[in-house]
Amino acid sequence: MAKLNMVKALNQALFQEMERDGDVLVLGEDVGVDGGVFRVTDDLQRKFGSQRVIDSPLAEAAIIGTAVGMALYGLKPVCEIQFSGFAFQCFHQIENHCARYRMRSQGRFHIPIVIRMPYGGGVRALEHHSESEEQFYAHIPGLKMVVPSGPRNARALLAAAIRDPDPVIFFEAKSLYHAAKEEVPDESEVMPIGRAQVAREGDALTLIGYGAMLRVALEAADVLRDEDGVAVEVIDLLTISPLDRETLVASVRKTGRAVVVHEAPKSFGPGAEIAASIMDGAFLSLEAPIRRVTAHDVPFVGFAREKANVPDVPRVVAAVRETLAF
Amino acid sequence: MPRIAVEPRFQVEYLSILDSDGNLDTALEPKLADNELKSLYRAMLLGRRLDERMVRLQRQGRIGTFAPTKGQEAAQMGSIFTLRPTDWMVPSFRETAAMIWRGWPIEKLLRFFAGHLEGGQPEPDQHDLPITIPVATQLPHAVGLAYAAQYRGDDVVVMAYFGDGATSEGDFHEALNFAGVWHVPVVFVCQNNQWAISVPLKKQTHSRTIAQKALAYGLPGLQVDGNDMLAVYAAAREAVDRARAGDGPTLIECVTYRLGVHTTADDPTKYRSDAEVAMWEQKDPLTRFKAYLEKRNLLAEGLEQHVDEEIAEAIRRFEATPPPDPLTMFDHVYAELPSDLAAQRDAMAASDPVVPAREGATAPTQPGATPMRGQRLTRR
Repeated sequence: MAKLNMVKALNQALFQEMERDGDVLVLGEDVGVDGGVFRVTDDLQRKFGSQRVIDSPLAEAAIIGTAVGMALYGLKPVCEIQFSGFAFQCFHQIENHCARYRMRSQGRFHIPIVIRMPYGGGVRALEHHSESEEQFYAHIPGLKMVVPSGPRNARALLAAAIRDPDPVIFFEAKSLYHAAKEEVPDESEVMPIGRAQVAREGDALTLIGYGAMLRVALEAADVLRDEDGVAVEVIDLLTISPLDRETLVASVRKTGRAVVVHEAPKSFGPGAEIAASIMDGAFLSLEAPIRRVTAHDVPFVGFAREKANVPDVPRVVAAVRETLAF
Repeated sequence: MPRIAVEPRFQVEYLSILDSDGNLDTALEPKLADNELKSLYRAMLLGRRLDERMVRLQRQGRIGTFAPTKGQEAAQMGSIFTLRPTDWMVPSFRETAAMIWRGWPIEKLLRFFAGHLEGGQPEPDQHDLPITIPVATQLPHAVGLAYAAQYRGDDVVVMAYFGDGATSEGDFHEALNFAGVWHVPVVFVCQNNQWAISVPLKKQTHSRTIAQKALAYGLPGLQVDGNDMLAVYAAAREAVDRARAGDGPTLIECVTYRLGVHTTADDPTKYRSDAEVAMWEQKDPLTRFKAYLEKRNLLAEGLEQHVDEEIAEAIRRFEATPPPDPLTMFDHVYAELPSDLAAQRDAMAASDPVVPAREGATAPTQPGATPMRGQRLTRR
C-alpha cells in the first residue's frame, strides 16, 4: 500500500503493464527522456529502453498512424497525445482507422491501442490545453472512451485499457493529476471498462459525473446533505462509451430524478445520451425532467473566465434543488 | 560571413531500361528467369483484362464504384514482384493487379466492390492490409508495421502504395519523416499517374520530381519509368534489398499514367485531352513488355483466352455469393458486443430482415433453441 497521486498511479500502471507484457510500447512527444510534460511516463525509458519508450517526432497523425501499424503487427502501443486539444491532428487516424480496422478487415485485424490524453480545465492553461472533448470519441462506434476520477481507479482502468483488445481513448483530468493522493495497493489491479460505480448511495436524486466533475458532484452532494438534508446518489461513470446504462437506469428507477454534470459543452454532449438512455429505461420512474450542468456552448473562453463556464458546486446544487422541487 | 554549402548537392536519378520504342539497355537489364518474366506478363495481362471486365460489370450494376488500374500494371507488378509472402503489402485503392498477385482471389475483390466487407478481409496468414481509401493515411501504418517487425527482430520488408495526389497530404510527409528517423524497412511506391482525379501533377506540387521529396527526410528517392516493367523491378529490387539489409527506407516514384477513369464515377473528358491519353497509350506498359517477351520467344499460345477463362470462372463464383446477413454487421465492432449494441442487434433480429434470405437458405430456428452466431431470430 502506498499513497499515490494520479500521475504516480498512472506511471505505475505503465510500469506494471510493460513488465507484464513485452508487446506494450509507449509512444509520444517527450515521453522518453523528459518523462512526459506531466511526468506520467517518468523513468520508463530508463527502465525499458528507447525502443520501447519512443520519443517520437512532433506529429500527432503519425504517432497514432504508426501505432496503428504496430497494433496491426500485434504490438500494444500506448500513445500519449500531449493535450487533448491537439488530437484533431490525428482525429482521422482515430476515426478512420483505430475505430474501423476490426470491421473493415472483418476481424482479421484489431487495434489494441490506448491513446492517453490530458483533458479539461482548472489549471490556468492556454487555449487547446483546457478543453473537454470526450463527446467526439464517445460518438464513434468501435472506440471505447474512459475517464478515471482518482489515482486508484486511474491505475486500474489504464491497466484494463492496455489489456483491452479494442482501441481505448483514455482521458486524464489535468486538474486531478496532483489534486489528491489515495491509498493504492502494491499489486496491479484491473477494473472493468464499461462499468460505472455508485460513488455514494442516496435516494433523492441521481447525480452523474465523471473525471474532474466527480469531485464537484460529491461536494454538491455534501452541501445538499448538510443544508437540505437530502441523500443524493452520485454515480461515477468511469467509462463514457460503452455507456453503463444498466447502472444509470437502476439508480433512477430508485430515485426518480437525475442531473448530469460534465465539463464538455452542453449540446450533443454525453449528457444528452445519458438523459436519453434514462428516458428509455426509467421513463415511468421519472418525477422531473433530467437536467444537465455543463460548460456553455461556446469555444474556449480563456482561463480568466473559466470558472464562469465550467460547472462548479453552486451550479450543480442549484440544478439539483430545481429538479427536486419540480 | 559568406554563405557556405552545408550538404553536398542532392541528386535525383531517373531509371529507364526498356523504352517505349523497344530500346533495351542491356547493361541494366535485370536478370529475371524466363518463368519469372512469363508470370509477370501473365499477371499484368490478368490485371488489364480484369480491369476492362470490371468496368463492364460496374456499368451493368453488378458491382459498385471502383478505381481501375489500366496503365499502371508495370508500376504495380514490377514492385510487388520483389516481395516475399512474409513481407507486408500496404495498398491504397488502385492496386488490383498487385493484390491478385499477393493472393487475393478475384471473386473476393469483386465481392468487396459489390459492397460486401467480407471481400476486404485478408486471410489469417496473409500479410496484406485491406484497401485503404482516405488518401495517404495508410503510409504511417506501413511505418508502424516496419517498426514492429524490427522491434520483434523479424526479417520483414513493408511496401506501401499511393499516388501523386497523396504526396500533398500531411500523412505522406509524416510517414517519410518517421521512417527516416526510425530507419525502418519500408519501400514507398508512388504511382505518379499524373492526375489526382482532375488535378494534374503541375497543380499538385511545384517540385520537379516526387522522388526528391525523400531527400528532405534523409532517404534515397529514385524516379523510374513506371511503364517500364524492367526499370520498376530493378528499382524495387534495390530498395527491398536495402531495406532487408537494415539500410532503411526508400521512395520510388513510378512515372506512369492512368489510362482510364479515376473511378467509374469519373468522366476524364472534362479535364484532359484525348491527345494526351493517346500519347500515353503509345507508352502502354503492357504492349511494351509483351514486345520484350515476344523477342525472347516467351509468349504462350492462348494466354489471353486462359486469363479470360480464369476471370469468367471467378465472376461465376462471385455471382453465386449468397446475400449478406445484415445481422453480421454487429460481429466486428468490438471483441465483445456491449450490451446496448447487443440490444440493437436483437431488435434487428426480431424485425423483418432488410435483405430476405433465399428460400431454404437457412433452417428455421427451433423454439427454445439457442441461435447460432449470425443466425436470425425471425418468426419465419
